[in-house]
Amino acid sequence: MEPPARLNGGVVEEKKKHMADYQNFEYDVLVVGAGGAGLRAAIESSAAGVRVGMVCKSLLGKAHTVMAEGGIAAALANVDDRDSWKVHFADTMRGGQYVNNWRMAEIHAKEAPDRVRELEAWGAVFDRTADGKILQRNFGGHKYPRLAHVGDRTGLELIRTLQDHGIHQGIEVHMEHTVVAILKDRERVSGVLAYERERGRFKIFKTRAIVLATGGIGRAYKITSNSWDYTGDGHSLAYHAGAELIDLEFVQFHPTGMIWPPSVMGILVTEGVRGEGGVLRNKDGTRFMFGDIPDNYKAQTADNEEEGWRYCQGDKSARRPPELLTRDHVARCIVREIKEGRGSPHGGVYLDISWIKQKLPKAAEHIQRKLPSMYHQFKQLADIDITREAMEVGPTTHYVMGGIRVHPDTQMSSVPGLFAAGECAAGINGANRLGGNSLSDILVFGKRAGEFAARFARENPAGVIDGDHVEEAVTQALGPFDRATQGENPYQIQRDLQEMMQDLVGIVRKEEEMARALKGLETLWERACKVGTSGNREYNPGWHTALDLKNLLTVSEAVTRSAIDRQESRGAQFRDDYPRKDDAKWGNVNIVLRKGADGAMQLRHEPIPLMPSHLKQVLDEMK
Amino acid sequence: MKPATFRIWRGDSQGGEFRDYTTEVAEGMVVLDAVHQIQATQANDLACRWNCKAGKCGSCSAEVNGMPRLLCMTRLHDLPIDKPVTIEPMRTFPSLKDLVTDVSWNFRVKKKIKKFKPRPPDAPDGTWRMAQADIDRVQEFRKCIECYLCQDVCHVLRDHGKQDAFIGPRFFIYTAALEMHPLDTEDRLGELQQTHGIGYCNITKCCTKVCPESITITDNAIIPLKERVVDEFYDPLGKLWKKLRG
Ligand SMILES: Cc1cc2nc3c(=O)[nH]c(=O)nc-3n(C[C@H](O)[C@H](O)[C@H](O)COP(=O)(O)OP(=O)(O)OC[C@H]3O[C@@H](n4cnc5c(N)ncnc54)[C@H](O)[C@@H]3O)c2cc1C
Ligand code: SF4
Ligand code: SF4
Ligand code: FES
Repeated sequence: MEPPARLNGGVVEEKKKHMADYQNFEYDVLVVGAGGAGLRAAIESSAAGVRVGMVCKSLLGKAHTVMAEGGIAAALANVDDRDSWKVHFADTMRGGQYVNNWRMAEIHAKEAPDRVRELEAWGAVFDRTADGKILQRNFGGHKYPRLAHVGDRTGLELIRTLQDHGIHQGIEVHMEHTVVAILKDRERVSGVLAYERERGRFKIFKTRAIVLATGGIGRAYKITSNSWDYTGDGHSLAYHAGAELIDLEFVQFHPTGMIWPPSVMGILVTEGVRGEGGVLRNKDGTRFMFGDIPDNYKAQTADNEEEGWRYCQGDKSARRPPELLTRDHVARCIVREIKEGRGSPHGGVYLDISWIKQKLPKAAEHIQRKLPSMYHQFKQLADIDITREAMEVGPTTHYVMGGIRVHPDTQMSSVPGLFAAGECAAGINGANRLGGNSLSDILVFGKRAGEFAARFARENPAGVIDGDHVEEAVTQALGPFDRATQGENPYQIQRDLQEMMQDLVGIVRKEEEMARALKGLETLWERACKVGTSGNREYNPGWHTALDLKNLLTVSEAVTRSAIDRQESRGAQFRDDYPRKDDAKWGNVNIVLRKGADGAMQLRHEPIPLMPSHLKQVLDEMK
Repeated sequence: MKPATFRIWRGDSQGGEFRDYTTEVAEGMVVLDAVHQIQATQANDLACRWNCKAGKCGSCSAEVNGMPRLLCMTRLHDLPIDKPVTIEPMRTFPSLKDLVTDVSWNFRVKKKIKKFKPRPPDAPDGTWRMAQADIDRVQEFRKCIECYLCQDVCHVLRDHGKQDAFIGPRFFIYTAALEMHPLDTEDRLGELQQTHGIGYCNITKCCTKVCPESITITDNAIIPLKERVVDEFYDPLGKLWKKLRG
C-alpha cells in the first residue's frame, strides 16, 4: 500500500490560485493539540522564554482531556501512606504486562505528584480529605487509593486549570486549525501546513521544533468513548514524516461503556463507579468477576464480596474487589458473559452501584455527590436513575497505548525536532494502561516535551520550508473538491472503516479476520482516493471528514499489522488463535513501524532494553 | 423508526434561510444524532460544532425550537416531533456558517480577568490545606463547560449588545470562582463594577435556567458578587464591620 502517492489528485490551476492565500507564522516551538499534554508543553516552552504557537482542531478547552472523569494517578500518599513512586511504578509495569518502557514508567511515577501539586498552585480545586489535603480514590490496578479527582469531572478541572493559566503566558493560540502535513528540511522538521476550519485557508507555520499532542485514534472504531478529534492525526502525521510508531497492537477497550439506547452506545461509564463500590453482575445476578482472577493478581484481590466492599470503604486490611482488576481483563470477562448467553437484555452486563443502599445510609445522595456526571448522563440519556437501578454496560474503544516512539527523557521522536507527548506518544503504558495514568502521563511528559523542545529550538537554527511539499500537500487536500459530488461520500467510507475495524480487529482477534481487514483496508484506501466533497471550503465537515480518512486508514493499518504480528495474548491484545501469553518469544519485544522508502509500512521487532537493577529490585519488593 | 422533519438554519455571515430535512428517528436519539444523520446522508457540508457527544465539552450549543440547548443532550423524545424541529445557531454571536457561530469574544473577555493568585503555601512541602466545605461553592462554579448558552440568552448581550461593557454570566461565575477560592488573594471588585459591568445585570435569572450544568449562576455567583461590590464601594463601614466580625 502506498497511500500518499495514491491520494494525489487535484488540478494545477486550483493550486496556483491558492498559493497567494498562504499566511505565514513563525515560532520556536509549535505545539499541535491543546489537550492536557499540549497545554502543559506550551506552558513549559513559554516559561523557557521561546516563542510558542499552538494549533488545535477544536476550540480551546474542548479537547478530549475535558472528558476524563475518574481522576489523575499520583502517589501523593494522602489517603494511604504506604503509597510511593515505587508502588506506582510497579503497578504500572504489572498493568502493562512488562512491555512498557520502564524508564518512562519510572519518570512518570516519580514526577506525577509534583505535576498534580502544581495544578493546585494554578487554581485547581480537587476534592479534599478530612485534614484538608487532596483526596484520592481507588481505581483498577492501583494498589492504593491514588487518583486525585474532582467528582467525576477531573478532566474538565485539569484542562480548565491549564487553559486559564496558559492564556496569560503569551502563547499564541490558533483554534480550529487542522495540521495536514509536517514539513521537513532534510532530516529535521521545519514547519507544518495547516488549514483553518472557518475559512478553509491554508497556513504555513514555520518552526524549529514541533510538539505533537494530538491524542488518540478511537474514531477508527464504531463503538468508542472518543470524540470526533480522535482520528489519529498525530500518529499519522509523524509516520508520514518518517517517525517510528510503536505498540500499535495495544488498543484499550474500556469494559464499561453505555450500550442503550443505541445512539449513546460507547459513551463512557467511569471506572470510578466501581471504585465507589459498583459491582458487575450477569443476568443471573452473579458477580462473575470472582470466577476469574488471574494468578498474578490473586494475592491482592478479594475473594469474597464482604472484603471487596470493605476495600471500597477504605479498610486498609482489605484487598480490592475483582471488578477493579485491569481493564483488559474485565472487558474480556464481560465479552465472555455476553457470548455465553448470560448478558443483559440489550447485550451487555449489569453495573450496579444502587446496591450500596444496603450498606450506607443516604446512599442516593452519596452516589449523586461522588458520581454527579454519571447520575446526570444516565438520567438524561437513558431514563435510568443509577441510585435506584443497575446500568447496562459493555466494552467501548477507549484509548490507544501505541503511538509515536519517543526518547523517554526528552520525548523526541526519531525525527530531529519532532517531539510527542500524551496519548499520541507511546511507551509508558505497555500492553495496557491503568485508569488515571493518562492524565498524569500527559502532564509529566507534556512538561518534558515542552522543556526539551524549547531547548532544541534554542540549540538549532530554523530550517527551510519545502515549497514543493507544501504544493503537493495542498493539491492532495483539495482533491475532494475536484471530484465534488462525483466522488464518494466521505462519511460512508468512514463508517465502513469503523464497522470493519470493530468486527475484525476488535477485542478478540484472529489471524484470518485480520487478514481480511488488511484486504479491506486496501479497498478503503482506493475508495478514499476517490472521495468527493460538495460545498465550499468554509467550515465544511464533509471536507474535514474526507481529509481525516488518510489518518484513520494509516492508524488502522498500523493497528492491524501489529496485531497480526504479535502471535500471543498480552494486555489489551487478545488473540483467539494464540490465547496464551508467550513470554519466551514476546515478553521482551516491542513492535516498531515505519514508512519504508517505497511508501509501504515496514514492521520490525526491537528488544526491550534490559531493566537496571534498581528498578528490578523495586519490582521484586512489590511482588 | 419513524421519519421526522428538521428545519435547520443554513447560511453564513451574509445571511441564510431555514431548510427542511427529513430523516428517520430511532429510540433514544438526541438532536445531534439527527444532525449527524442529515450530514452523513443529505448535506455533507452542514456545519455544526461538537466534540464529546456526552454533555462534557460544551461545543454543540445551538437553539432548538427557540431554546438555547446542547444538541447532544437534547432528546428527541422530549420534543414534539410531529412538527418540524427547528435548529438554529446561537443568535447572540456572529454567524459563521450554519450552526457554527463566532464565539471568540468570550475568549477575549476571559483574558481580561485577573488570574488566580494564591497565598503562600500552608505546608513546608509547598502544599495547601482546604476544607471540603469551603470549596463546595467554588466547585459548583468550576463545573462550567463553557457552552456559552447563558451568554446567548442574557438580554444585556442578546438584545442590548453590551459586549463592550458587560462580561456576561459565564464570566461572572468565572470571577466568582476566583474571588471565592479560599487560596486566592487577588482583588477583582473594581473592574467588576467598572469595566465588567455587573451593574447591568438585573437578575432575571434567564442564564440560570438554561445552564446545562445546573449552576445557580444568579443566586450563588452574581448576587454575592453584587453584594461584595456594594460593600466595597458604597458601604466601606459595613465592610469593615463584617471583617471585624469575621
Ligand atoms: C470519556 C473518557 C474518560 C477518561 N477518563 C480518564 C481518567 O479518568 N483518567 C485518565 O487518566 N484518563 C482518562 N481518559 C483518557 C484521557 O482523557 C486521554 O488519554 C487524555 O486526555 C489525552 O490527552 P492529550 O493531551 O494527549 O490529548 P487530547 O486532550 O485529546 O488533545 C488532543 C488535541 O489535539 C488536537 N488535534 C488533533 N489532531 C489535530 C490536528 N490534525 N491538527 C491540530 N490539532 C489537532 C485536538 O484538537 C486537541 O486539542 C479518559 C478518556 C475518555 C474518552
Ligand atoms: S440574571 Fe443577569 S446575567 Fe443572568 S441573564 Fe439575567 S441579566 Fe443576564
Ligand atoms: S455557566 Fe452554564 S450555561 Fe454558562 S457557559 Fe457555563 S455551563 Fe454554559
Ligand atoms: S458535544 Fe460536547 S457538549 Fe455536546
